[in-house]
Amino acid sequence: MKITIPHLGNLYVFVKVLFDCLAVEYILPPPCTKRTLEIGTKYSPEMACLPLKINLGNFIESIELGADTIIITGAGGPCRYGYYCKMHEEMLKDLGYSNVKLIAIDPYAGLPALLKSIKTIFGTVDFINIAVSGVRAYRVMAEVDRLDKLCYYIRPRELVKGSANAVMRLLRDKIYSARNIGEVKKIVKETRAALLNIEVDTTLNPLKIGLMGEIYTIIEPFTNFNMEELLGDLGIEVDKTLTISKWIKEHLVKLHNHKEKAEYDKACEPYLKTPIGGHARESIGHSALYAKRGGDGIMQIYPLTCMPEIVASSILPALSRDYDIPLLTVVIDEITGDAGYKTRIEAFKDLLLKKREAKNNDGLLCRN
Amino acid sequence: MTAYYVGIDVGSVSTNLVLLDEQEKVFSKLYLRTQGQPIRVLTEGLKLLKNVAGKDYTILGAGVTGSGRQLAATMTKADIMKNEITAHAIAALHCCPNVNTVFEIGGQDSKIIFICNGVVSDFAMNTVCAAGTGSFLDRQAARLNIPIEEFGGYALKSQMPVQIAGRCAVFAESDMIHKQQTGHSTEDIVNGLCMALVRNYLNNLAKGKTIKEPVVFQGGVAANVGIIAAFERELQVKITVPEHYDVMGAIGAALLAKEEVKNRATTFRGFDNLNSEFVAKSFECNNCANKCEVVELMQNNCAVARWGDRCGRWSSMDNEVKEKKVEKQKTATLA
Repeated sequence: MKITIPHLGNLYVFVKVLFDCLAVEYILPPPCTKRTLEIGTKYSPEMACLPLKINLGNFIESIELGADTIIITGAGGPCRYGYYCKMHEEMLKDLGYSNVKLIAIDPYAGLPALLKSIKTIFGTVDFINIAVSGVRAYRVMAEVDRLDKLCYYIRPRELVKGSANAVMRLLRDKIYSARNIGEVKKIVKETRAALLNIEVDTTLNPLKIGLMGEIYTIIEPFTNFNMEELLGDLGIEVDKTLTISKWIKEHLVKLHNHKEKAEYDKACEPYLKTPIGGHARESIGHSALYAKRGGDGIMQIYPLTCMPEIVASSILPALSRDYDIPLLTVVIDEITGDAGYKTRIEAFKDLLLKKREAKNNDGLLCRN
Repeated sequence: MTAYYVGIDVGSVSTNLVLLDEQEKVFSKLYLRTQGQPIRVLTEGLKLLKNVAGKDYTILGAGVTGSGRQLAATMTKADIMKNEITAHAIAALHCCPNVNTVFEIGGQDSKIIFICNGVVSDFAMNTVCAAGTGSFLDRQAARLNIPIEEFGGYALKSQMPVQIAGRCAVFAESDMIHKQQTGHSTEDIVNGLCMALVRNYLNNLAKGKTIKEPVVFQGGVAANVGIIAAFERELQVKITVPEHYDVMGAIGAALLAKEEVKNRATTFRGFDNLNSEFVAKSFECNNCANKCEVVELMQNNCAVARWGDRCGRWSSMDNEVKEKKVEKQKTATLA
């Protein structure tokens, strides 16, 4: 049995370390590329959302490398993603990959079902060992997420533009070719050191934009034109509230009684009272919290036809008015030309800069 | 000697150039069709400008905007490169300082810009579809066998506009053919098309936001009196079309350049240096499966800039290339 997974930001780090620790055979899908997108869109229903298409591309590319079992997270609730496991199974069958098995990990299906699928994946009932390895893998992945976060700080402030990108570009390839958890940890540590070595101008106070929206499109850099890099290179400090490590923590570990969830739920309350699936409440709640923390602007990203985010995008203008924080909504689909997006983002930056200038001038006038 | 600022807007349909004098008045403007050949059209345009400028002139600064701004900036070494949205807003503010809303409808895209106290407060651009743009009208005019310049006049002659679905250019076309077949007059159909475009524009871009007067309407489509009438009917507001509505992006770029060169000399190559031959080549990078289409701009067989790659492998080489070129020149002068 050779297991594979779909790409979702730094999820591959978790999977790699976990399976290395437990000596399970696995194949990491090749990094998402234009080819992944091409295969995915070719075999998917046209109206499906981008995550389904790219995931399918990942699966096919992994199967080509010899994978025969796919793990996918099922997500209960009204977003279409809940059906994607079944959809993928049918699509792969139609494509003639009937020997490929799909295993769904569904936190909403209850503990016995979860344990059963874990048993199938690892072929053992030594849940303590699995849990211990899980925690180790989680820690490494969370560390990689923190590297990303460090880059948000460095990019707008670095003295030599592109230094952080040059360091980060090597990271994935290095982790892919690492042989065990020790090596991965070493790579992460070295990368961190290299990042901290970059000279930065600490006196700068760059514009701050919060990335909100549908989880897949904001976490997987391929789908959003490397938005974090793009914004960082324009001298903007990015803040992203959703990361893969947070998602796992929220959904698998502390499903109930989650402090941060309570916070954004409360912030979302005046705008949207009912959960409507996907990450609509997260987008709205986090936007409100981000505005309160003093962010300059909010950027919402979602794939075309994403129902929960469509609802959120019609609510966010009200929030933008209430908190006086500009909002830019970016809808992403199979388009690979990024010129139109760049124009919007540059204009958004000009808008935020002018707004800040005006605010500072007002402040001066008040003091006089 | 007269001093000018150059503004260049390389758009998908038209390439516009202006010369602004020191009083920020338009001295000369050019509206050229890009026709998919931005390099050639830009070179020609600059030559034309040179002739207009006469013998005794100096260029204080140059700015570029439009979807071809990167290309134009590399070719002309402009002082500033700005996105179209900011450039259009600056130009609208220049001609109408208390403007609150800017409609800009160009060939491939359309924008709405909300301005509050002289600062852009919100904007929107059409997303995935060309239904609310100039190309939509261009296409339908061609179908109806009406020159686009006369299109608006037809709409004004209409007694009663026909309802045409404006949500999608393809559906609009089939709807229009159907209306033609049932015997509606061309004038009414043209008026229906104008109404459809305006509805689509307001639904897609304004999205229920309040449109405050004064409203400035610019871009190529502002030449269309039918569209202006349709906007006024739909919104019940007065629409102002500035004198140089068709080159507002270029005016904005020139104004931005003036601001930029306040305390420094311009980097603009000048009109003459464009005599060197520019050729853009593109190739597919095979370094990874992304297979990015990289564009390489060559000046006299020497690469001066590259773009189009996702990873920065080629675009980050720009600086190295430039440095090498400088070194080469140095050795040449020494020898």
